[in-house]
Amino acid sequence: MNFDFDDDQREIKRTAHDLLASRSSWERVREAAASGSYDAALWTELSELGWPGIAVAHEHGGQGLGLVELCVLLEETGYAGAATPLLSTALAAVAIQEAGSPEQQAQWLPRLASGEIIGALGTAVDGVGELVADGGDAAVIVLVEDGAARLLTPQDAEIEPVAAIDATRRFARVSAQGGEPLPGDVDAALDKAAVAVSAELVGICQRALDMSVAYAKDRKQFDTPIGAFQAVAHKCAQMLKQTEGARAATYHGAWAADASPELLAEAASIAKAAASEAGREVTSSAIQVHGGIGFTWEADVHWLFKRAQIDAAFLGGAGTHRRRLAALLAGRAVASRS
Amino acid sequence: MDLTFSPSESAFRDELRDWLASNSPGDEPHGDEDAHYAYRRDWQRRLADGGWAGVHWPVEYGGRGATLTESAIFFEELGRSGAPLPANVLGLLLAGPTIMFWGTDEQKERYLHPILTAEEIWCQGFSEPEAGSDLAALKTRAVRDGDDWLVTGQKVWTSGAQYSKWCMLVARTDQDAPKHKGLSYFLMDMEQDAVEVLPLTQITGEAEFNELFLQDARIPHENLLGGEGNGWKVALTTLMNERSGLGFFLQIRLRQLLDKLIDEAAARDLLSDSAVADRIGDLHVKTEVLRLNGYRGLTAIEKYGQPGPEGSLSKLMWSQTNQELVQLAVDIVGPEALTAGTPWAYELLRARGNSIEGGTTEILQNIIAERVLGLPKNR
Repeated sequence: MNFDFDDDQREIKRTAHDLLASRSSWERVREAAASGSYDAALWTELSELGWPGIAVAHEHGGQGLGLVELCVLLEETGYAGAATPLLSTALAAVAIQEAGSPEQQAQWLPRLASGEIIGALGTAVDGVGELVADGGDAAVIVLVEDGAARLLTPQDAEIEPVAAIDATRRFARVSAQGGEPLPGDVDAALDKAAVAVSAELVGICQRALDMSVAYAKDRKQFDTPIGAFQAVAHKCAQMLKQTEGARAATYHGAWAADASPELLAEAASIAKAAASEAGREVTSSAIQVHGGIGFTWEADVHWLFKRAQIDAAFLGGAGTHRRRLAALLAGRAVASRS
Repeated sequence: MDLTFSPSESAFRDELRDWLASNSPGDEPHGDEDAHYAYRRDWQRRLADGGWAGVHWPVEYGGRGATLTESAIFFEELGRSGAPLPANVLGLLLAGPTIMFWGTDEQKERYLHPILTAEEIWCQGFSEPEAGSDLAALKTRAVRDGDDWLVTGQKVWTSGAQYSKWCMLVARTDQDAPKHKGLSYFLMDMEQDAVEVLPLTQITGEAEFNELFLQDARIPHENLLGGEGNGWKVALTTLMNERSGLGFFLQIRLRQLLDKLIDEAAARDLLSDSAVADRIGDLHVKTEVLRLNGYRGLTAIEKYGQPGPEGSLSKLMWSQTNQELVQLAVDIVGPEALTAGTPWAYELLRARGNSIEGGTTEILQNIIAERVLGLPKNR
């Protein structure tokens, strides 16, 4: 049993962390949010480094690594709050690689992997996907409804931009009836995507915790750093508990996707349930620990809260995944009795 | 990253499973505490005969020299098999490792073997009525009398005291020193008139714990462990051991209790009720997170030689989850879970102790805030 990354994975994590710390400061994130556009230079750089295609097979122009490596990157983009279309593009690639036909894979994966085009993944009700991240910029959109997925190009759909609470990303409302079905295992594709989103949530939680701890050490009231008060200190301890819990579940989910696919469905729901709840609670706590400053636009913790809210709801919130797990357990209870 | 057991870990587990399958502890007696204790003592003798009593102890002391992961597997499998904890669990997990670390060769020679075989049971004399979370405030005092020490004071929460031959006792040997510096750690013989053991009835109605009244209890100087005035450091060794190992046993018991609750819910056709399903799913997530976090913590220790933040979080996760579980059981099972003497009623009441025993939730959160997060010392 080894729950640690290998040397290569640690190197990817360190490089990603350092790169984003220098290229994606809060100042850059704020600029992107204010202008409603992404940092084009950053996206070019990440694409040249092969990030969008990290989990795409070599034969389709990717780096041929796994979901674990993609999660390592997404944890860091979550930590930085980076304003890029990386998550959407990587998720579209994951879905097409997992559930697409060979023709669909050959058509889309190389350009997604290189970052030449942007992709998007959204869920729809009655043919309408609300809040599809990067739906307006994507050359290819995977739209999922009732366990079936369709590939759409912008010509196939009616797309209108929507301002979501998270202004560091560009969202759109995507309506479409047509498109090409993805013939493969859509459930597995969505499970992998859910684990990937969980990884971004883990990074968001870690940043919210780090900012809160730094603030609690620095900010004084009653001549005392507020982190010395148990009401604040215990809140931070709970934030750590939730962050580490979500992390263990997410790494397990990513490992299952790459090494033990029969565990993926359950592991993905555990990861997404834990990470969705942690994302909401840890970022809420971060605002609280920051006090009045935390409620201001300039304090930056709100970017984390906003992204966590959308990620937590995306591909099923904690409640959806808990009920899915309960159904799975109910099936086992029946099976063990019969 | 490889979240499967290595071939040697799997072999360890399979060997243990085979052994447990052919060495059942027999039917667990209910309602009679003495009989139950005797049953656990017999069970430990069986474990010792099979070489399974001190799996995490070094081979030179009669253990198996198991790795941390193997030790975790041992407690998981023990819990999974439905077997009880060995009678001398405090000796195996706390006294033994503390003596191995601080003891003289003579002390190791004298005390370790009878711990393994359950020939000599150990209890822990740390907490006092006025020194719970603030352990270093303890008042029990030891005064030098020739070659002996005379100890007077009161201890509380000493589980198994009525069956114990020895007590890990922390007492104040220097009244003038600062509170952490005036303490010493003794190995006290319980079989003397100056030691009175009174059972402490808890909210479940049973008496797992005792109060200990000491009036000039006599301890030879050679039974000092780790040197005079070093009691706080030695006690920390014991306390650090308290928070490891056992976690995997508790984790698997939590899993079993949850599976039992799922069966109760299924039998009442409640798993399709979305409110129940949500809470069952939540408990499943938390139980799995506890297991995964525990294994992740082991990796941190095995690879880097020191615990990451995971270890300190497991107790918090476990106590909260178990308390939520028993409360959901009341909702699912109904009046039977509130009827005295039923298993669910017992679990409901016993769980209230989870967030107090072995470090209260509040103290653990202080420790996490200060030592893991580096926040300033609490006020």
